[in-house]
Amino acid sequence: MEINEMDTKNKQPVLDTHKITTNNEQRKPLVLSGLEPLVIDENTNFVNVGERTNVTGSRKFLRLIKEEKYDEALEVARAQVEGGAQIIDINMDEGMLDGKYAMVKFLNLIAAEPDIARVPIMIDSSKWEIIEAGLQVVQGKGVVNSISLKEGEEQFLHHAKLIKRYGAAVIVMAFDEVGQADSYERRIEICKRSYDILVDKINFPPQDIIFDPNIFPVGTGMEEHRQNAVDFFRATKWIRENLPHAHISGGVSNVSFSFRGNNTVREAMNAAFLYHGIQHGMTMGIVNPEMLEIYDEIDKELLEYIEDVLLDRRDDATERLLDYAETVKGNGKTNEKQAQEWRSGTLQERITHSLVKGVLEFVEEDAEEARQSVAKPIEVIEGYLMNGMNVVGDLFGSGKMFLPQVVKSARVMKKAVAYLLPFIEAEKDETSRSAGKILMATVKGDVHDIGKNIVSVVLGCNNYEVVDLGVMVPPEKIIQTAIDQEVDIIGLSGLITPSLDEMVYLAKELEKLNLSIPVMIGGATTSRAHTAVKIAPEYSKTVVHVNDASRAVNVASNLLNPKSKEEYGLSLKTEYDKLREGFLNRSREKNFLTIAQARDNKLRLDWEQFTPFKPNFIGVKEVSVTLEELLPYIDWTPFFRSWELHGKYPAILEDEVVGKEATKLFAEAKEMLNSIVNEKWLTAKGILGIFPANQVDDDDIQLYDEAGNELNRFLTLRQQSEKNKRANNIALADFIAPKESGKQDYMGAFCVTTGFGVDEISDEYVKNLDDYNSIMIKALADRLAEAFAEYLHEKVRKEIWGYASEENLSNEELIKETYKGIRPAPGYPACPDHLEKKTIWKLLKVEETIGVKLTDSLAMWPASSVSGYYFANPESKYFGLGKIKEDQVVDYAQRRGISVEEATKWLNPNIAD
Amino acid sequence: MKDIRKELEKRILVLDGAMGTMLQQYKFTEADFRGERFKDFEHPLQGNNDLLSLTQPKAIAEVHAKYFEVGADIVETNTFSGTTIAMADYHLEDIVYELNYESAKIAKKVADEFTARNSEKPRFVAGAIGPTNRTASMSPDVNDPGYRAITFEELRIAYKQQVEGLIDGGVDVLLVETIFDTLNAKAALFAIEEVKEERNIDTPVMVSGTITDASGRTLSGQTAEAFLISISHIPLLSVGFNCALGADQLLPYVKRLSQKSPFYISAYPNAGLPNHFGEYDQTAEEMQKMIRDYMEQNVVNIVGGCCGTTPEHIKMLAEIAQEYTPRKIYEESFS
Repeated sequence: MEINEMDTKNKQPVLDTHKITTNNEQRKPLVLSGLEPLVIDENTNFVNVGERTNVTGSRKFLRLIKEEKYDEALEVARAQVEGGAQIIDINMDEGMLDGKYAMVKFLNLIAAEPDIARVPIMIDSSKWEIIEAGLQVVQGKGVVNSISLKEGEEQFLHHAKLIKRYGAAVIVMAFDEVGQADSYERRIEICKRSYDILVDKINFPPQDIIFDPNIFPVGTGMEEHRQNAVDFFRATKWIRENLPHAHISGGVSNVSFSFRGNNTVREAMNAAFLYHGIQHGMTMGIVNPEMLEIYDEIDKELLEYIEDVLLDRRDDATERLLDYAETVKGNGKTNEKQAQEWRSGTLQERITHSLVKGVLEFVEEDAEEARQSVAKPIEVIEGYLMNGMNVVGDLFGSGKMFLPQVVKSARVMKKAVAYLLPFIEAEKDETSRSAGKILMATVKGDVHDIGKNIVSVVLGCNNYEVVDLGVMVPPEKIIQTAIDQEVDIIGLSGLITPSLDEMVYLAKELEKLNLSIPVMIGGATTSRAHTAVKIAPEYSKTVVHVNDASRAVNVASNLLNPKSKEEYGLSLKTEYDKLREGFLNRSREKNFLTIAQARDNKLRLDWEQFTPFKPNFIGVKEVSVTLEELLPYIDWTPFFRSWELHGKYPAILEDEVVGKEATKLFAEAKEMLNSIVNEKWLTAKGILGIFPANQVDDDDIQLYDEAGNELNRFLTLRQQSEKNKRANNIALADFIAPKESGKQDYMGAFCVTTGFGVDEISDEYVKNLDDYNSIMIKALADRLAEAFAEYLHEKVRKEIWGYASEENLSNEELIKETYKGIRPAPGYPACPDHLEKKTIWKLLKVEETIGVKLTDSLAMWPASSVSGYYFANPESKYFGLGKIKEDQVVDYAQRRGISVEEATKWLNPNIAD
Repeated sequence: MKDIRKELEKRILVLDGAMGTMLQQYKFTEADFRGERFKDFEHPLQGNNDLLSLTQPKAIAEVHAKYFEVGADIVETNTFSGTTIAMADYHLEDIVYELNYESAKIAKKVADEFTARNSEKPRFVAGAIGPTNRTASMSPDVNDPGYRAITFEELRIAYKQQVEGLIDGGVDVLLVETIFDTLNAKAALFAIEEVKEERNIDTPVMVSGTITDASGRTLSGQTAEAFLISISHIPLLSVGFNCALGADQLLPYVKRLSQKSPFYISAYPNAGLPNHFGEYDQTAEEMQKMIRDYMEQNVVNIVGGCCGTTPEHIKMLAEIAQEYTPRKIYEESFS
């Protein structure tokens, strides 16, 4: 890259007080730590920062955090470290999350996982309070991501000083009071200024400064984005040569943002960008390894097109890449014949095709045909063209079209509208006026405007007058312009999380000023839920979330239609109120019903229409089976999980990361399994009972002998958290016919084991220092016990009880539990009450017959055993009890005949605070 | 005013030995611990060694003097548990400032007397800052790994109070020691930086971590190198290890620090590992032999003793300290 020429043009003096020639003096390494050190020096090729633990980048991670599934969230972090991430980036910036709480909680949990905590943490947030909370719980030296001059020098220094005192390195974004650096000159200007302030004023260690000079998308189809990658590379080089010891990082996948939906191109482009970035001195980056092709393995032709775009080597680079992208997507390469074929479709099909494919050639011809078919020319826009744009919107929304293509669609739309305009004008009635005046702005602090620009284009095409205020627009300016220009709608856009708060603020201001202009909300981080929960309540007038550009016209016309706008506004309010209620109900403070209320809302099956199947067998019997018979029933997925290999069997064997290890483990497991079966290392023993039963006293199940005498009772627990309409508060007892129904129902219970002998074999291995096989035998015995339970359940369904004698399911379907009836186990979510095992043991004489014992804490010995109930009702299903309240505990203690203290002890994990 | 930095350039300095071991010989009773001032205090106080600075100041001064007599250059104040957090066990949160202030005064007075006797060998006082009895990055509840019994902010506030008392009492150096959770130490260092900034002073800071077992890691799981990196954001006088291990077991980890550290290196191990009765029985001669290895290998600047060490041990260390030149700070360091 030629950069000398630029340096002379650059207004900043090239001479630098810090300048030391990097050839003569060694760069100081950047050292970080988790439980172990990470040294980044001249020998380090590139440090990759894991980005899956970022709620803004990973939907899955966001969901796990929202649902407080921290265990699974930890697995995401673990997988990243195992997959080679040398630092993990943690971001909890999401409008609906308590970011500080989530950050602290997750970092504290990570601290307890040595195989995750060994790497340094990157605390990623745009909110200082979250960053500081993170810094206070990390013992190692991490990285703050990020600070910048955006809010001025004073705050920048204040934060930097604290970061230094907490002991972390820092990512500095190329962003200042004016805005985000989007050119080479601005990048180096801001980075140099930031560097000088940090090093001179507070003696910040220069090697602890990591610049993020902004990776922006290329190939967007917009002229001003062409130099985005080149400017980044040049700025990177300049920083490495002129700001001693500083490092460079960036969010790599941003560069290929406009090609989302086409992974071949994205992966190749990310790889090519990284390659050139590293050449220019980039030392670390936030990279999703799954979205990264290996540079050398990129198809040479594709690479050429990509590098043309990245390095801005040709005027038509983007066009060429787009065309080529179609072919690597697998559905491109339209030949002449196909090209002609689409012309024979209906008028709507043809117009839609032109819009989706961005074909300009026939659009006027089709618009004319359409005009002649309607009463007023405007209907062509509202009908044919908008129908087509809706398709575009759907495709874009689902990631099947990418941005440059949408811009092309807008171009086609514009051409059609331009053609129709004279006809519309000629009508000379009220439709000739602008359909309405719409203010569009990306809110303060946010620079992302691609989405907003598209909406502006689409609205413009539809005869709306658009007042576009650009990016980083302060709220005062938005409001002043809205008033001065008497706009009809305010459109707010934002892509980063803090923009959400800005929108909330703006809504409050509008309310204060008593304005009545409707507000449209859009942009990548916005959502219907956020709009409903956070923005709409702040503004008594209409606020509406617009999913994507193609919907904007519909929404705008609804908002402004004098006949229906009141109604539309009202219906939006109701819709959002509902959404908000639903959301608040789901959030952390759950509402609970009293046990009486919960019982009122129990599941009432229609016993009049249903007669329980009389079992072929009633009573208790022992079951025997050979191990060989159990083999087809083994569910291997949990086996791999017990070895900390995560993934579904059999796909796990092919998994990119763990596949090799999984395959090896599987082979060795099979080998031992052979010995277990052939040499009869273990014996399978089982027992089951089926009894006449009825539900009594709401939540109990009474069991009888054949003469009708009560044998015992199963006590079930009832869900107590408040449900949405139509959902019931279930207890297992609901699946059994109540006594007052007059119908005789039935219920079963079982216990199976393959555990006898396991401890001896395992101990033998331990003695021989073979931990691997001692674990293996246990893991396999567990699988066999589960397989036995599955086998026996099938036997019960098809023969012993016989209610599903014609059932014919594959093993896969068995695992997916597609059969009728359930076999829940005490101690598991549907009935967390371990005491129930005592009842089963008594009923079936489990210990006396097959030798499986219950320990003091009611665990089964040997460990490789499974016990549970059988419910045959086709409506019965697995569910989680969730939390229950004190009143149910008291009630339960009474039924069980134990003290409340004892009941509390056994049920504690399920009792709500 | 003598400067400890200057002395460190010239020679290996010797830190004192255990305070607790020495105080045991006085066989103080509950009444002795209470003294006149706390005789009606509603909670038991026996075992609160730090309190003796207020109730038995003579004994504390005697122990300091014994260590100076045998050649120690630095003594530690009797303030290992001098934070509101640790003192909460005795319901004595209120006296924390006074305790630190008086402890520093006692040590300083003895140090000044010894310096006056021989100005060629200036003596120093290090304000001892212990780890407290809570950990900021570990959960005390195995069933709830995300739980924390103490926060950074609570630690920072407690440490700040201790640091202010020690500095007002006249310590020459601050010594953050027996670090088993680096996050606690970072809170202490944060507090120290705040006090230094507020008062515009530059009190030197020593940091000493603890490797708890043969895994070579701190209790909170960090390797020696990671520990060093995690506290290097503060300009320190020295970094090192103390406690938990005997000198021979500790040497490999001290060496690792020595290779990477831009600061002076300290080491004050225990007198071996405790025997079945919890007593330390490594003799002064044995320890001297092991510490000689440190000096032969040129990996230390400050040596001393932790649990189980007595003036006898320190005397033997002071003897050999004169024979060797101190370790020079390497260019090839982390920062």
